[in-house]
Amino acid sequence: MSHRLSGNEAVAYALKQINPDVMGAFPITPSTEIPEQFANYVANGEVNTEYVTVESEHSSMSVCIAAQAAGARSVSATSSCGLALMYELLYVAASCRLPITLACVNRALSGPININHDYSDSMGARDSGWIQIYAENNQEAYDNFIMAMPIGEHLSVRLPVMSCMDGFITSHAVENIELLETDAVRSFIGEYKPENYLLKKENPLAVGPYDISPYYMEHKVQEAEAMKAAKARILEVAAEFAKISGRSYGLFEEYRMEDAEFALVLMGSSAGTAKAAVDKLREDGVKAGLVKIRVFRPFPGEELVRALAGTRAVAVMDKSEGFSGSGGPLFAETRSALYDLKERPHMINIVFGLGGRDLKVEDVEKVFGRLANIAVTGEIGPLYTHMGQRSKEEIV
Amino acid sequence: MASNDMVEIRWHGRGGQGAKMACMLLADVAGLQGKYVQGFPEYGPERMGAPITAYNRISEKRCNIHSNIYYPDYVVVVDESLLDSVDVTGGLKEDGAIIINTPSSPREIRPRLNGWTGKVCTIDARRISEEVLGSNFPNTPMLAAAVKVSGVLESGHFLANIEESFKHKFAAKPQLIEGNMATLKKSMEEVRLG
Repeated sequence: MSHRLSGNEAVAYALKQINPDVMGAFPITPSTEIPEQFANYVANGEVNTEYVTVESEHSSMSVCIAAQAAGARSVSATSSCGLALMYELLYVAASCRLPITLACVNRALSGPININHDYSDSMGARDSGWIQIYAENNQEAYDNFIMAMPIGEHLSVRLPVMSCMDGFITSHAVENIELLETDAVRSFIGEYKPENYLLKKENPLAVGPYDISPYYMEHKVQEAEAMKAAKARILEVAAEFAKISGRSYGLFEEYRMEDAEFALVLMGSSAGTAKAAVDKLREDGVKAGLVKIRVFRPFPGEELVRALAGTRAVAVMDKSEGFSGSGGPLFAETRSALYDLKERPHMINIVFGLGGRDLKVEDVEKVFGRLANIAVTGEIGPLYTHMGQRSKEEIV
Repeated sequence: MASNDMVEIRWHGRGGQGAKMACMLLADVAGLQGKYVQGFPEYGPERMGAPITAYNRISEKRCNIHSNIYYPDYVVVVDESLLDSVDVTGGLKEDGAIIINTPSSPREIRPRLNGWTGKVCTIDARRISEEVLGSNFPNTPMLAAAVKVSGVLESGHFLANIEESFKHKFAAKPQLIEGNMATLKKSMEEVRLG
């Protein structure tokens, strides 16, 4: 079915097709339209979801945890400060191995308060034990959300999934989209059949009790193993999804990387804009390419090594400032992944687009210009810089 | 980079006037006609009356670019008072056009356009809306004027398709469909090219 929907509308529609058991709902810009639109489906009787309105995101995630522990498939949506208010519960959900699905519509995390897009909210939660999948556009936001449950609920994984899209840029932009038939979505998702759950009378259990030192570490190792196992499951689900949709997904997307000498590593809608720059440079004979990270947790480090091994210079572009003092989170992961490579490309980090600062095609071309220069001189210059701000002279 | 067959439109309005909705409607209708579309707003502080910008890309191919539009083919100004505070012609392509909601003629309005020498179109969207709908909703007449001037969609098909879109949009208020259709047609007849 060919339609035009915004990213938020697309995820709300996916939710309608999925018909989850429980939604913990609390609104926050720019994700508000998801619970808002879904509330219409509930009110119209188009789904039979238990729609629980709460007084905060701390409670919406608590609702999801309780419901999922009871054996119900539960979902929520949030952004920015809402995600921050869920923070404690994110860890609880992951460590209880509850495969909740959360639509995270990325927005800068205060302060100063700002409603526009960057990844400071979900990057802050990158170590919470949630799988994180990022979308470039409305189509991917819809597709990723439908793939989330078969990934998270699988016995080898049993982890919650954060399905992320760019606030406003994707959430509020209307674009063409191909929707699946509801029957196809439902049979793809299947029924949620947890092994153990609170309401299973044959096997009463406690969820989330105090974990003493002799057991705690074993549980955390199991959680870590599950995150590693998620990689294979994500690819399996993507292969199944391709059969019903015709659309293929990997852990990341390689765009014109076959013979690329200069490459970007970045995420989300910015990758779309960067593709236009790559196309333009290719027309001029520049061997440019990019890798768009789709799955950030688990991080596809080994696979990235293969994708970037043949390049001469790489710019990792972070749309969040990690305040590590030495580069953004995507840079830290990517650079670490390439450490074992004998012939490493030169690598720089550029932090851009904070609080919705727009990224233009020309900006991306400048980054490639810097990479070409690095390849010629062998000097990378400053390792970690910011782009697009007015306060300092730009280095790029 | 915007490909040659792509039409890019930038909307300037004030929060509450429906510029975003007009932008979304255009995307929807162009999509119905088989085009690849983008319709998206740019938000500053969200408040009634504050300047807002919205954008359309309409193309034969899917557009991956997700930046704002800096070199539009057409600019639509839903509120005349913005001419004094926003650089509405900034980046507007020389062979493009600006379409302004004003009772003034193109000749009268041109001196307020920072030396813009290209095509100027005016439409009294407020009057049309007040006459037909009984209150000031300038967005639908501006949308019709934008379609007529840009030729991005064929007018007849546009009117047929938007009626479908209205039926969806105004499902809860069907009495608004007839009036909005009338404002669209009237606007297409009255828009002045200069």
